[in-house]
Amino acid sequence: MSDTVLPVLINQVPHTLTPGATLADAVALAGVQPPFAAAVNLQFVPRSQYAQHVLNAHDQIELIAPITGG
Amino acid sequence: MTTHTPHADPLTLYGETFHSRLLLGTSRYPSPSVLLQAIERSQPAMLTASLRRQTGSGGEASQSFWNLLRQAKVPVLPNTAGCHSVQEAITTAEMAREVFETDWIKLELIGDDYTLQPDTLHLPEAASRLIQAGFKVLPYTTDDLVLCQRLVDVGCQAVMPWAAPIGTGKGPINPHALRTLRERLDVPMIVDAGLGLPSHACQVMEWGYDAVLLNTAVALAQDPVRMAGAFADAVNAGRAAFCAGAMQAQDSAQPSTPVLGTPFWHQA
Repeated sequence: MSDTVLPVLINQVPHTLTPGATLADAVALAGVQPPFAAAVNLQFVPRSQYAQHVLNAHDQIELIAPITGG
Repeated sequence: MTTHTPHADPLTLYGETFHSRLLLGTSRYPSPSVLLQAIERSQPAMLTASLRRQTGSGGEASQSFWNLLRQAKVPVLPNTAGCHSVQEAITTAEMAREVFETDWIKLELIGDDYTLQPDTLHLPEAASRLIQAGFKVLPYTTDDLVLCQRLVDVGCQAVMPWAAPIGTGKGPINPHALRTLRERLDVPMIVDAGLGLPSHACQVMEWGYDAVLLNTAVALAQDPVRMAGAFADAVNAGRAAFCAGAMQAQDSAQPSTPVLGTPFWHQA
């Protein structure tokens, strides 16, 4: 894999970002609408830290939103 | 006349009071409109909700549900449905806290996908870590007395034993266990899962349970709005009966009409 791209999984779908990309970039790429929350590699990342959270190759990003539940 | 819990007898959980003893799930209704009417009819203390990956058209459904929650103006109880590990449950709870802006969490930690039985071995650890993180944890659990005691030991101020597996509608399948649990533990207890009829809800409330949490029994009724009202009435009836104190059952007949002065009576 070339180091000119950063492969990640967003909600288990493969995507590529540029090296140095942050969680904020991944959120923008996914195009999710608020409200939602994010986790990287099963660790919660607060909304206030998206722009500081630098991603690594093969990070697994989860973006989840409200849904009905019992 | 009101179907709401009298203000003199509120449900108290983690120091907060609720003027209803019915918690209502939001899933599987025929339409959002029917869900909203069921909420209005039953006036629940809390509404359960969940979190799932947002994809394509799912984004619109999520937005619609979010708007419905805001319109309902009922406190939200997020759940960790579908989590199979302690870390999954904790991360989901943290995400729910940010999205729903609440410390309440219905802790679901599934140990068996077929029965949706809680992971009884790891539930106390998950509850303990969430409580340490500042959550108000309502754990979905089996009716096992020792497990529920362990949940209280780690700081749960309420527990939610099942009546039967989720979505079965069977009603209390082990009345002895539920009644023993009620007698042994002093914390508020909410029967969560497995209720199918208002009489089931009334029964567990008569036993002294503090509240019930329902979803499928209302959502899959032919008339969910009417059934929501029936459950609300049953919960209130059961609570009133518990507070009133039931008579002791007798083995032999006891005439309720005075015998003295019975007409046409004569000594044999």
